[in-house]
Amino acid sequence: MERDEAKGQRLVALFILGCLLFNYPVLSLFNVASDAFGVPLLYAFIFAAWAVLVALMALAVESRR
Amino acid sequence: MGKQVLIVDDEPNIVQALEFLLSRRGLRVSVARDGGEALRRIEADRPDLVLLDVMMPVMSGHDVCLRVRERADLRHIKILMLSAKGYAAEVNRGMAIGADLYITKPFSTKELLAKVDQLLDLPA
Amino acid sequence: MLQGHVIVLVAFAYLGVLFGIAYYADKRADAGRSVIANPYIYALSLAVYATAWTFYGSVGRAASDGIGFLPIYLGPTLMIALWWLVMRKIIRISKTNRITTLADFVASRYGKSALIGGLVTVIAVIGILPYISLQLKAIATSYAILLQYPEISMPPSAGGAPLGADTAFWIALILAAFTILFGTRHLDAAEHHEGMVAAIAFESLVKLVAFLAVGLFVTYGMYNGIGDIFGRAWLEPNLLPLLTPLEGVAGGYGTWVWLTILSMLAIMFLPRQFQVAVIENTDERHLKKAIWLFPLYMLAINVFVLPIAFGGNLLFPDGSVDADTYVLTLPMAARQEGLALLVFIGGLSAATGMVIVETIALSTMVCNDLVMPVLLRLKRLRLAEQPDLTALLLGIRRGAIVMILLLGYLYFRIAGEAYALVSIGLVSFAAVAQFAPALLGGIFWKGGTRLGALAGLSAGFAVWFYTLLLPALARSGWLPISFVEEGLWGIALLKPQELFGLAGLDQITHAMMWSMIANIGAYVSVSLVGSQSADEHRQASLFVDVFRQSGEVGGARFWRGTASVPELYNLLARFQGAATAESAFADYARARGLRWPGDALPADAEFVHYVEVQLAGAIGAASARVMVASVVKEEALTIDEVREILDEASQVVVYSHRLEQKSRELEAATAELREANERLKELDRLKDEFVSTVSHELRTPLTSIRAFSEILREDATVDAAQRRKFLDIITKESERLTRLISQVLDVSKLESGRVEWQGARVDMREVISDTVTAMDQQFQEKGIRVQVLMPSEVAPVNGDVDRIIQVMLNLMSNAVKFCRPGAGIIEIALRERGGELRVDVSDNGRGISEEDQRVIFDRFRQGGDTLTDKPKGTGLGLHICRQIIEHHGGRLWVRSRPDEGACFSFTLPIEPVQEKAA
Repeated sequence: MERDEAKGQRLVALFILGCLLFNYPVLSLFNVASDAFGVPLLYAFIFAAWAVLVALMALAVESRR
Repeated sequence: MGKQVLIVDDEPNIVQALEFLLSRRGLRVSVARDGGEALRRIEADRPDLVLLDVMMPVMSGHDVCLRVRERADLRHIKILMLSAKGYAAEVNRGMAIGADLYITKPFSTKELLAKVDQLLDLPA
Repeated sequence: MLQGHVIVLVAFAYLGVLFGIAYYADKRADAGRSVIANPYIYALSLAVYATAWTFYGSVGRAASDGIGFLPIYLGPTLMIALWWLVMRKIIRISKTNRITTLADFVASRYGKSALIGGLVTVIAVIGILPYISLQLKAIATSYAILLQYPEISMPPSAGGAPLGADTAFWIALILAAFTILFGTRHLDAAEHHEGMVAAIAFESLVKLVAFLAVGLFVTYGMYNGIGDIFGRAWLEPNLLPLLTPLEGVAGGYGTWVWLTILSMLAIMFLPRQFQVAVIENTDERHLKKAIWLFPLYMLAINVFVLPIAFGGNLLFPDGSVDADTYVLTLPMAARQEGLALLVFIGGLSAATGMVIVETIALSTMVCNDLVMPVLLRLKRLRLAEQPDLTALLLGIRRGAIVMILLLGYLYFRIAGEAYALVSIGLVSFAAVAQFAPALLGGIFWKGGTRLGALAGLSAGFAVWFYTLLLPALARSGWLPISFVEEGLWGIALLKPQELFGLAGLDQITHAMMWSMIANIGAYVSVSLVGSQSADEHRQASLFVDVFRQSGEVGGARFWRGTASVPELYNLLARFQGAATAESAFADYARARGLRWPGDALPADAEFVHYVEVQLAGAIGAASARVMVASVVKEEALTIDEVREILDEASQVVVYSHRLEQKSRELEAATAELREANERLKELDRLKDEFVSTVSHELRTPLTSIRAFSEILREDATVDAAQRRKFLDIITKESERLTRLISQVLDVSKLESGRVEWQGARVDMREVISDTVTAMDQQFQEKGIRVQVLMPSEVAPVNGDVDRIIQVMLNLMSNAVKFCRPGAGIIEIALRERGGELRVDVSDNGRGISEEDQRVIFDRFRQGGDTLTDKPKGTGLGLHICRQIIEHHGGRLWVRSRPDEGACFSFTLPIEPVQEKAA
């Protein structure tokens, strides 16, 4: 039960992190006419952040600690 | 001929006292300082009675007693145990492994001699 | 050229495979070996979220708005992180109360209100119609385009085609038939559709594979990778705005945020999502895998959206091709017949998956929460007396499926052409978002009332209807367009898309703002003003505190009345069939150690509640309540009584929490006590041993003393020489006794810390000389040679000089005792090194074995076995020495090898040490 609670708290933290990443003003930092490897910077950022977030969520629920 | 008694103890002063007392009683006395020596003397002298201290180096009085009781040809030998540990458990253990009597140190010389007489069937 | 019948054949073959999977899964479920009871199937089934909207529409939206399509997938990604808190609770509540639909859930929370169930059903059905029409449109369009292969031409507007020639109409009918086969072959008490879930999971795989295939083909087959596509796009001036996306496109950050929130709610409250996530969930632990697998799926199916969109924009720059069809038209343009067909199947699976689950969920709602409550209330129908209602239930559901799909088709005919796919879908999202306040409020806030929920739902729905649905109808020409442009009755403030003058927002953001204000406002304010009935109070408590209750008995506490078992049996059998009722009763009996039939079951509150919950599985909570009430004589509980029960229960909960905490504390204390007890026991044992050893050591000299005293007293014949000898022995043994007693006292004082230490500057040279002098006679008697090695001067140490002399004497007399008889040598060395003085006392005796070295400093431990070895010492000397040296802050140790003598060494710190606290 305690482990469940810890999981819940970690996930809430990730939720907040995601809300910050995918919102103004963080998005505006990347919303510029620039590119990473030819891909517009904003697109690159969103997909990278998305992938990282999924990985963190997997870590949060699957870790045994 | 008087009966043969073996005194087994590692305290020289106690041995001396016992030796004096028993010789005065007209008994033949031999002495052993530890368990190993005691067994050898028993084998050699075939005493009628052994006064056996419990706490001795090399082999304890209990072990000596057990060895003696294992042997059919030595079984007739009377064993009187002497110990400075006076707990009932100690006494019971000594009796259980085949001692005939058990006396706690320090002892009354009168009582000791009476027990020796009793074990050797001597007239009081 | 792809023949129409080939496409149709492939489509039907695909549906056949789906049905085969569903059939197999159902068979397995009947055999008790569920294939869907695993977290991966669960996560895949959640991906029913990705419909034709995702498959075709995302690219369309991206082609015109750039990144604007993404919030719809980021929202669920974020929301699912909260599922561990929110969804787990909803699942637990649903399982506990045998909830069968979203409407059932809301109705059940607010006192099993049939009115609320009905309202939610109406909102859901009307709200979802645009969404279903979107799927029909996507299938029809993709079919029409594929039919032209390899020509690429947009199909004419479907609006004018006669019914019989309209593909969408036939698709609707086929899907209806297929859904009926899937979802209503038999009546499951728990509304589980294992076959459907297995098929949906399979569809999720198919659409993902198809989309990735086309994405890879476009990116790497038609262009040279993602960099190449964007590189070319940078050179197109009309595409430039899409590359720096959120500036002036699609409403900016405000729209972005609202779309994110909207999709967060949609992922929970779309009827099909509720169906797969909650109702079809077999184990709430499956959430764990889903929490990261589902967002991963979302990420995977979106990776190629932008490359395809830009690829399409580059290939069809003139706008002649609808961007919603790029996914299909790009492979067609590249003459990839097989890939195009795969895309069509992928789109078909995305659309059919949505339609099947959505209509099954909606039809269950329509049946359980709308039609049945009405029918059961119509006394004239005497439904309650019918022996078997299962056929009726199935009939209603089948009718509902057909009706919903036809209404979806109707919406497609009326309004489908006016909007792109995504816009149509968002209208539905906004509708189901209206459930959020009542539902989320309902599981976290006990204060929400039935009237509050009714008010909130109605207000939100009304605003949605006015600001989103009516304008859609108006734009399609079914209502005068002036209604949109000038407002109702020409009042500008009532313009549906600029309500009360709120202009400048896109229509979804605008509608969400007003509907949420109305919805939440009404829900909260009406709830706060009004009060709850007893039923509501009970349900609120059951829902909000679900994690604090155990099992289904929760609801039973609140019932009081009389019932008869046969009547309850007949009731259950009428709605679920005799076999189901039989096994339900048998289960109940078995759980209580009884047999059914055979033993008399107690018709108590718990049993009545059990039957009601079983029944709720078939006809919904509200109807079940009505039906059970018809066969039992219930004495209504007053609100005060319910409150009393609840208060009592919550006190019990609080109390038991406290109890738990207390018992945890007690356990900890017990463990500590046990440990302390062990330590005490050990100390006690050591003390016993000590006492026993001391007693033994005392008795030995006493024995000699007594024996010789008695001899001297009683035997007059002892001669003078002997007499002197005996008296000598008595004297020596008395001395030994005295020494022993004082050492025992010493030990006990040292160990209890009651020694009075004298502190002074001590010159170790002096100590050593004095002790050697004191021992001189003993050395001479035994012929021992003593060598003393000392520097001419050493620093003084601080300590108790008598105690240090005691140590020296002890070590020296030990050396005397053990050095080689006749040829003894004792060496004493004093050195100053590293801030301390070190004294070594070595002899040339027989040495000390390693085993003995470890124990000689313990009490009564001497060389050899303690039990049997009795040298002249007391066995306490070294122990005391070590205590003294350690008290002075030094160390005492021994080095020795057998036959090479022993060397005892100790150190004393030069710097004056602080006296240890005694």
